[in-house]
Amino acid sequence: MDIHRRSLLKGLATAGAAGAAAVTTGGLALASPERRKAPADAVGMLYDATRCIGCKTCVVACREANGLAPERSGDGLYDAPQDLSGSTKNIIKLYRDGNDSSYMKTQCMHCIDPACAAACMLGALQKREFGIVSWDGSRCVGCRYCQTACPFNIPKFEWSSANPKIVKCEMCRHLLAKGGIPACVRVCPAQAVIFGTRDELLAEAKRRIAESPGTYVPRVYGEEDGGGTQVLYLAHVDFEKLGLPKLGPEPPPNMARTVQHSIYKGFVAPVALYAVLGAVLLRNRRHPPEEAQEERS
Amino acid sequence: MNLWDAHPGLPPQHIKSGLHRRDFMKVITLAAASVGLTSSAAMRIAEAAFKGMKPSVIWLHFQECTGCTESLLRTAHPALSELILDLVSLDYHETLFAAAGYQAEAALKSAMAQNAGKYVCIVEGAIPTKDGGIYCKIGGRTAMDILQDVAGKAGAVIAIGSCASWGGVPSADPNPTGATGAPQLLPGKTVVTIPGCPANPYNLLGVVLQYATLGTLPALDSQGRPLFAYTRTIHEDCPRRAHFDAGRFAERFGDEGHRQGYCLYKIGCKGPETHANCSLQGFGEVGSWPIGIGHPCFGCTEQKLAFRVPLHQTVKIDRPMPPDTYPPIHADHNHISPLATGLAGVAGGALLTAGYLASKKIGASPATPDDTPGARLPAQGE
Repeated sequence: MDIHRRSLLKGLATAGAAGAAAVTTGGLALASPERRKAPADAVGMLYDATRCIGCKTCVVACREANGLAPERSGDGLYDAPQDLSGSTKNIIKLYRDGNDSSYMKTQCMHCIDPACAAACMLGALQKREFGIVSWDGSRCVGCRYCQTACPFNIPKFEWSSANPKIVKCEMCRHLLAKGGIPACVRVCPAQAVIFGTRDELLAEAKRRIAESPGTYVPRVYGEEDGGGTQVLYLAHVDFEKLGLPKLGPEPPPNMARTVQHSIYKGFVAPVALYAVLGAVLLRNRRHPPEEAQEERS
Repeated sequence: MNLWDAHPGLPPQHIKSGLHRRDFMKVITLAAASVGLTSSAAMRIAEAAFKGMKPSVIWLHFQECTGCTESLLRTAHPALSELILDLVSLDYHETLFAAAGYQAEAALKSAMAQNAGKYVCIVEGAIPTKDGGIYCKIGGRTAMDILQDVAGKAGAVIAIGSCASWGGVPSADPNPTGATGAPQLLPGKTVVTIPGCPANPYNLLGVVLQYATLGTLPALDSQGRPLFAYTRTIHEDCPRRAHFDAGRFAERFGDEGHRQGYCLYKIGCKGPETHANCSLQGFGEVGSWPIGIGHPCFGCTEQKLAFRVPLHQTVKIDRPMPPDTYPPIHADHNHISPLATGLAGVAGGALLTAGYLASKKIGASPATPDDTPGARLPAQGE
């Protein structure tokens, strides 16, 4: 098909008009949505990497409390998970650089405004009681958008199962419902990970930093990061070295919200787009392209 | 506060008999602790012993090596053998008896008659059942007959050693005498089993003392073993466990790892599947046991292992635990090299091209024999 100069210009002009319409309408609402606050009953965990002794008792207790099968090493002798996975919700890792080292407990951060829940199209992942980001298998379609959305790379998928689940720490909500506490906290012999309301934990973390100023990076990871999390961290090395990403105070879902909410604000952009397309259709009916006229004759 | 202060009326006969008060309390406390009793219960045990509330014990010997009795006699505390004799009234024991022949049998009969329904029957050794049980007879009676008679009228039945617990060595393949354990021949009766080859004497002492003072038996597992001694595996509390976690193994007898005292798993240690307290409660308190002297545990307390699984065959780890190594912060997720990606792309492209060309050929061939598609289009247009 030959592209005629005139039709090309017309097409470009139409597309430009549609785009301009979208940008104008969007521009009206580019102010980002408000940051959410932690729910009133928010509980959490505070992991103090300087207190952890790396015994991995929490890894074993997590398996037992959540009925997760061990991940055997090649020789079958050890339970040696290398990362979070479809059967590991909690893991102790080691950061080492020369003589400097730190343990790191990795599990769901229970964000105040979780990206996984924002990405979940059917609400399988939601913040439920105590602000725990919980997974509801009856609503999950296995799209794994939550995996892509999570800035901490936490949700895992049971690749080996025919009926796979999304696996991630749910702060032992089945134990909390019975008045218990998370298994990892219960067994920690060094109180490196403690459980409490988010406010209590934040105060305790700040107290520790104030009490021994040289010990810690003077910051509580999770207080503001990614809009705030219910699992908080203290460490003596940069949090990035422990695999915690550098996130601004803005919750990650807010970016998507800004874009989407802007586009659909008052439904102006879709209406404008379809109006333009309709106009092009009408115009083409009245003035059929030259080729078509030639063929008919 | 000691017993003598609390009960000034108690006759210090044990001091007279050469047993020191401190030794006595030490052993009582140890025995009480081994059955999970508190120190106040230890006091009650001591009181019972002083008041002469000694349970009558009838000890039966069947198909065995007498190793359990021998290990009981060779405990390290010098006073223990006296204690056994002082804490319980040992009314019949073929190895330790001064009496013999008809005298011994008469002692058995009178002890059974005097303490019917109250005495403790301790069984040592397997019971042959083949050919009417003729392979073990005492005083003209078969072991099966004696067991039914004595255990039937006992207040408590304890099977000491693996032989009495399920058959032990005599029941190993091909089991020519049809040897079996006491629980199998006493259906419906609670039999406390204290397997081991030999059994740890403290485990027996604990059970007997609890029965003597509190009149109760300890909590048992599905095989009749007291939970206080047989809940955990050897592996869980093994003194060599750190070597296992670090992956340091003796690969063969006498090699460098073996000399260094490394883990014996790879030369056949059955510790991971063997429930017993050997690693916590030493035999004769001197720590001499297979793993202590560099030999793998052979699983003597487990019917499924001892005398069945070859000595140096390794067992499966039922509950694997983390090793003492750590994954890095960023796990290595098998990165795909750019070269591989490029090659895969080229291969994929080649396949697509081939498919496209093939499909073109299929569509074109029936129309004209000349299958150069570009050739006929201009001709049609003119």
